[in-house]
Amino acid sequence: MKSLKALAHSLSDAEEQIAVLESNTEKYPAFEKKLSEIDLLPLKPTGTEIFQINMGKMCNQVCAHCHVDAGPDRKEIMTRETMQQCLDVLANNPSLKTVDLTGGAPEMNPEFRWFVTEIKKVNKDIHIIVRCNLTIIRANKKYYDLPEFYKEHNIEVVSSLPFYTSDRTDKQRGNGVFKDSIKALQMLNEVGYGLEGSGLMLNLVYNPAGAFLPPSQEALELEYKTELRKRFEIEFNHLFAITNLPISRFLDYLLVSGNYEEYMAKLIDAFNPEAARGVMCRNTVSIGWDGYLYDCDFNQMLELKVACEKNKQHIADFDLKALDSRDIILGQHCYGCTAGAGSSCGGEVA
Amino acid sequence: MEKNHYYDAADLAKFGNVTEWQKEMGDKFFAWYGKVFEDSALTAREKSLIALAVSHAVKCPYCIDAYSSDAYEKGWSKEQMMEAVQVASAISGGATLVHGVQMMNKVDKIAM
Repeated sequence: MKSLKALAHSLSDAEEQIAVLESNTEKYPAFEKKLSEIDLLPLKPTGTEIFQINMGKMCNQVCAHCHVDAGPDRKEIMTRETMQQCLDVLANNPSLKTVDLTGGAPEMNPEFRWFVTEIKKVNKDIHIIVRCNLTIIRANKKYYDLPEFYKEHNIEVVSSLPFYTSDRTDKQRGNGVFKDSIKALQMLNEVGYGLEGSGLMLNLVYNPAGAFLPPSQEALELEYKTELRKRFEIEFNHLFAITNLPISRFLDYLLVSGNYEEYMAKLIDAFNPEAARGVMCRNTVSIGWDGYLYDCDFNQMLELKVACEKNKQHIADFDLKALDSRDIILGQHCYGCTAGAGSSCGGEVA
Repeated sequence: MEKNHYYDAADLAKFGNVTEWQKEMGDKFFAWYGKVFEDSALTAREKSLIALAVSHAVKCPYCIDAYSSDAYEKGWSKEQMMEAVQVASAISGGATLVHGVQMMNKVDKIAM
């Protein structure tokens, strides 16, 4: 499977995606209007704590639901120079206590290990999260020691596993992904990840493998723990249930399968004001592979840079005060983060 | 083209509107309905599968639509869901067939 960009698909263009999402405003009330009704407009940050860095769109997988349109044919990756700019910001802003590395597959960036090591040199107390797709650990001999590397730096590993069976997992993430993911999880357990008392956090992510919303995170976590333990002797800490947002490849899937209208209706009907108050864009800044700044990874993929002055939209000109007083950019895709119990990179928010 | 059928999938979303013509009874129904499907001695997940089976037994297209999605969302596999429908079929079929005993009793009584 190829990325939308490699296929020269119209939805590889951010403006085209926005045009689809913003069409039919009679049927779908504007997200801003919903926030206005609960006195949450303009949506402002509550204080930036999380520095989420997208290290590139290169990935060894081509997941059907990917909002990044990541894949092996994507060559956009963060340079060392941009990483150094990130390090300078972290050094000058000690309130940024969490660095969340995502992608694509962040480990495929050749500077990945250097970057992690340098972050710890800037501040050893910075908590690093790596969004590891699991199969990268098995993809090539040079990645086999990733579990030890993560352990050495006390990294929190957060990994997607759509289900504890291969049918739903492989349908979403590709043939053979489930088998390799299980092996990778066992390798992580072997060095202590997910085991009680080890302090090495291994969290899993559930994304629905289709046009529906996630069930109760608590109930699902219990199921996953029971089944992964019983079937594969795998342990982990927590499960995050994340809603698929109608962006990029998932948007394409919704349109092609005829599910777009029903899915948007589901998201809108499930709007939860409490989830809206806790959305992750309020305490997160997202840094693109090229150093530009965004409210979140989703706005990044829609190329909606932060609403700051033009000379404060890049990591080289990072201004925390300006960022903390910005208006967060909103769109119809935001309904994904406010549906039901809400959704964020850390699971439910309400 | 004008629609010519009894069921319209879009009507499922309007189920709550029944309270407009009888509010007190409608509100009581939906409150009870919501309570029935909460986690209790049975989990909400288990109840979803039961509801799926019953939907087929009573042949309600609205319920089949709603609980097909709900059961799949809650993690039941296609095999498990189809087995639940088979259970409903077996009970429905059995409920018809067991009345054949009444038939046998009657015929045995009146026949020489």
